[in-house]
Amino acid sequence: MTVEEKWGSMGGDEDQGDQFPIGMRVLAVDDDPTCLKVLENLLLRCQYHVTTTNQAIKALNMLRENKDKFDLVISDVHMPDMDGFKLLELVGLEMDLPVIMLSANGNKDAVMMGISHGACDYLLKPVRIEELRNIWQHVVRRRKFDHKERCSFDNGEDHDKPLAANSEGTQTIGDNGPLDHSGKVNRKRKDQNEEDEDYCDENTHESEDPSSQKKPRVVWSVELHRKFVAAVNQLGIDKAVPKRILDLMNVEKLTRENVASHLQKYRLYLKRLSAVASQQANMAAALGGRDTSYLHMGTFNGFGNFHGLSTSGPLQGFTAFQPSGISRRTNPNLLGLPGLAPGTVQIGLTQNTTNNHMSDLSKFQHIVAPSNQHENLLQGIPTSLELDQLQQNQKRIQEANNRLPGVFSGASNNSFISAANSSMILQGHQQQTELRGLISQSSIAMPSIGADRLEMSSGVTSHLPDLSRCNETWQSAPSLSGYNANTLSMGSSYGNDNMASSNMGGNLASAVPQFNGNPLNITSNNLLTTAQDSLMGRDMQCRTSSLSGNTLLMPSGIDVDPKFLNFKSSANLKQKLEDPTQLNALESNITLSSSLTSTLPNQTLLNTVADSQRLHSRTYSKKVDGNTISPPCFDTSFMSVYTKMNKSNIDSRLTFNEENMLGSSKMQGGFASSNCNFDELMNAMIKPERDDVIFVDGEIGSDLFPLSTCM
Amino acid sequence: MDYSDLRRQAAYMKKSLFDQGYLDEQFYQLEDLQDDVSPNFVEEVVTLFFKDSSRLLSNIEQALEKNSPDFQKLDSLTHQLKGSTSSIGALKVKNECTLLREYCNKENLDGCFRTFQKVKREHAILRQKLEAYFQLLRQIGPAEGASRPVI
Repeated sequence: MTVEEKWGSMGGDEDQGDQFPIGMRVLAVDDDPTCLKVLENLLLRCQYHVTTTNQAIKALNMLRENKDKFDLVISDVHMPDMDGFKLLELVGLEMDLPVIMLSANGNKDAVMMGISHGACDYLLKPVRIEELRNIWQHVVRRRKFDHKERCSFDNGEDHDKPLAANSEGTQTIGDNGPLDHSGKVNRKRKDQNEEDEDYCDENTHESEDPSSQKKPRVVWSVELHRKFVAAVNQLGIDKAVPKRILDLMNVEKLTRENVASHLQKYRLYLKRLSAVASQQANMAAALGGRDTSYLHMGTFNGFGNFHGLSTSGPLQGFTAFQPSGISRRTNPNLLGLPGLAPGTVQIGLTQNTTNNHMSDLSKFQHIVAPSNQHENLLQGIPTSLELDQLQQNQKRIQEANNRLPGVFSGASNNSFISAANSSMILQGHQQQTELRGLISQSSIAMPSIGADRLEMSSGVTSHLPDLSRCNETWQSAPSLSGYNANTLSMGSSYGNDNMASSNMGGNLASAVPQFNGNPLNITSNNLLTTAQDSLMGRDMQCRTSSLSGNTLLMPSGIDVDPKFLNFKSSANLKQKLEDPTQLNALESNITLSSSLTSTLPNQTLLNTVADSQRLHSRTYSKKVDGNTISPPCFDTSFMSVYTKMNKSNIDSRLTFNEENMLGSSKMQGGFASSNCNFDELMNAMIKPERDDVIFVDGEIGSDLFPLSTCM
Repeated sequence: MDYSDLRRQAAYMKKSLFDQGYLDEQFYQLEDLQDDVSPNFVEEVVTLFFKDSSRLLSNIEQALEKNSPDFQKLDSLTHQLKGSTSSIGALKVKNECTLLREYCNKENLDGCFRTFQKVKREHAILRQKLEAYFQLLRQIGPAEGASRPVI
C-alpha cells in the first residue's frame, strides 16, 4: 500500500488552477493486488496523488479521518469485506466525493447498479490510462455544481443580484427563521460553507460571468425538507418531478436543480431503506429473532446521530412521525427509525460517525419517506457494514459521549451510534445539511417489542419534549412506519446497572406515537440509549413492527430497568419542549426519565403494547425494577395513548399526542408524563442485565414498533 | 554478451506471445508504465499476479471439489481471477475464465470442471513463458537501461 502525502489544502482547485488535474488526490480501493498495483501506477502516470488500500473499511476510515484529504475515490465493485456499491453510497453520502466504480463486469445491470448507487463513472477492467486521464472531470464537475449551490443564491441565476442580501454566502432557503438552528444543524457544512462563502464573496464581484457564478449551497433545513417531502408525498413518489415539487414547495430562491439533486438523494435514501429492510429481515431471521423485524438504529452520535435505521424486511417501514398535534419544533435530534414500508422514515443521519458531535442533536436527520410508499424503502444497508460501523461508531460515540451529561452513559452512544452509523446509508442521505433541518427531531419509533428481549442499544437521546418538535418536523414527513428494517441498536446499557442513568428510557421515549396515521416521533432525538455494553457484538436490533404509519417508539417489550427511568432529569422537559434548539437535551431526556412514574404504569402500557405487539410482557415486567423510576407522571392519556397505539389506532395516538404534546406547557405535563411513560417503557423494555434485549418487532400492526435489538 | 542477440530473442519471444494470443494490449500498457522510477514494474506486476492467481486457482479448485459446489462463490472467485488476468493482459487465461463463469452461471458442474482445467493449463503455460521472457530480459538487463526489447 502506498500512501502518498496529500498536497496542501483540500483539493484546492483554486490553488491548483492551471495545474489541476495534476496532483489530484485519488484513493484507490481494490482487493486484488494485481489490479491495485496496476491502477496505482496508471494513476501515478497521470500525475495524480495516489493512496491505495485493499480494504474498503480502511478506505472509509481514511476518508472519514479527513474529508478533505481526497478528491476522488476509485473503487472496485467486487470486494470481500464490503460491497463496492455500499462503499460508493457511503462515500457519496458522507463525504460527497465523486466515486468511480471499477469492475471486470461490464453487464448493463452492473453498470446500472453503479449508476443508481451514485457512481460518477463506471470503468471496466482492465483500465486504460486514457480513461484515467479524464477522471478529473468528475471532481471539477462536482465542485462547480456544489459551488453553484453554495454560494449566494442570488448570484445563482441572476448574476446581477447583489450579494448584499446574502452576505454570508450561505443561505437557508425558504426558512430563514431557524438559521441558528440550521447553523447548528449543519455543523458539518459550516466549515465547507465558510470556505465557500469566502469563495463566493470573491465571486460576487464577478457577477458578469454567469458561468463562474457560484451559487450558494442550498441548506436543506428542516422546514425546507419538510416542504419537500410534503410536496413529494402530494405528488406521489413516482410522479414527483423537480419542477412540480418546486412549484408545490413555493420557496423562493430554490432552483429546480436544487430540488432535483435533493430528490435524487432522497430517492436513493428510500431505496436504501427498503433494501435494508429486506436485509434486516434476513438478519432477523438469521438471528432467530422471534420477531420479524429488527430495528436497527442507526448510530446515534451523542444524542444519537441517528443514522438511518434499517428495518428488516417484514417491517413495513414506518411512516414518518407526524405528530400532528404536536407543535412544531425543529429538533435536531431526530431519531426516526426508518420504517420501511409505508412512509418509511428515514432517519437522516446527521453526521457521520466522524462527526460525532454528541451534543449536536441536530445530527439527527430524519428523512421521512412519503407515507404513501408502502414498500420497503430501505435498501440493503449492509448489516455487516452496520456492525462494522457500529464498532467504529461506538468508539466515536464513546468519545462523544463524554460530553453527554452523565445521564447517558457513554456507552450507550457507542453502541447505538455505531449502530446508527451502520446505517450510513440513511445517513448519507443527509449530506448533513439536507435533512438535518427536516428531522431535527429524533424520533425513534420503537417498534413494539415483541421479542422477549429488548435490546436497547445505543443511546438515543430522547428528547421527549421534542415531541412537539417532532410533530412539526414530521408533519411533512410521512409517517414513520415500522422500523422494520431498522435495527435499533439502541446502545442501551444493557445489563448494566448503569442503565438506570442510561438514556434508554429517554431515548425510547422518543418514540413518537404516530397518530392519525402519522407516526409521531415521540422522542425526537430524545432517545438516549446509552449503550453501555459494547453493542458491537450485539445486534441491537429493534424490530420495529411495521406500524402502519405509526411509529411509536415504544420500548415496549423492553425490559426497562427501573434504573433507566432514573434519568437525571436535569433539564425539564419543559425547557426542552420549549426550546427546540436545545437538542442536547440529554437532560431533557433525563427529565423525562425522572418524570417517569412508577414502572407500573409503564408496565401496563408496555403490556398493552406488548400484547398488541407481541411484546413479551414478561420481559418487561421482569425487567422493570422500578426502583429508579420516579413515579412517573403517568398520564392516563398516555396510557390511553398506548392502548390506542396498541390498537394501531393511529387516531387515538394522535389524540394523545395532541393532548400531551401540544403546546409546550401542555407538553411538559402531559408530555412529561408521556415521556415518562415512554421512558419507562423504554426502560422497562431495556433489560439492563441483559445484553440481549431485543426489541421485538411486535406485530404491531400499525402500532408501536417493537424495539428489538438483537445483541 | 551479445546484447543485440539477446534483445532480438526477447523481442521475438514477446512477439510470439502476442501473436499466439497469450498476451494482449494491456501488457503494452504495463510496459508503458515501466520507467526509470519503476524499472521492473512489469515483472513485479506479473509476479504479483501469479502469486495471487495461484491462490485464487486453488480456492476455485476447492470450491469445485465440494459435494455441492457453491456456484455463487465460484462465480465470484472466477470474477476476481478474470479481473486480474485482464489487468495484466493475460488473454488466454482471461478467455478461459470467461468460459468458466458461463458454466458457473449455468451451474454446469461438468463444464466448470473442464473449463477450470483449461484455465489452469493456460495459467501454467503463461507463467512458464513469461518467466523465460523475464529471465531473458534480466540478462539484457538494467545495465543496458533499455529493458524493453524493441519489437
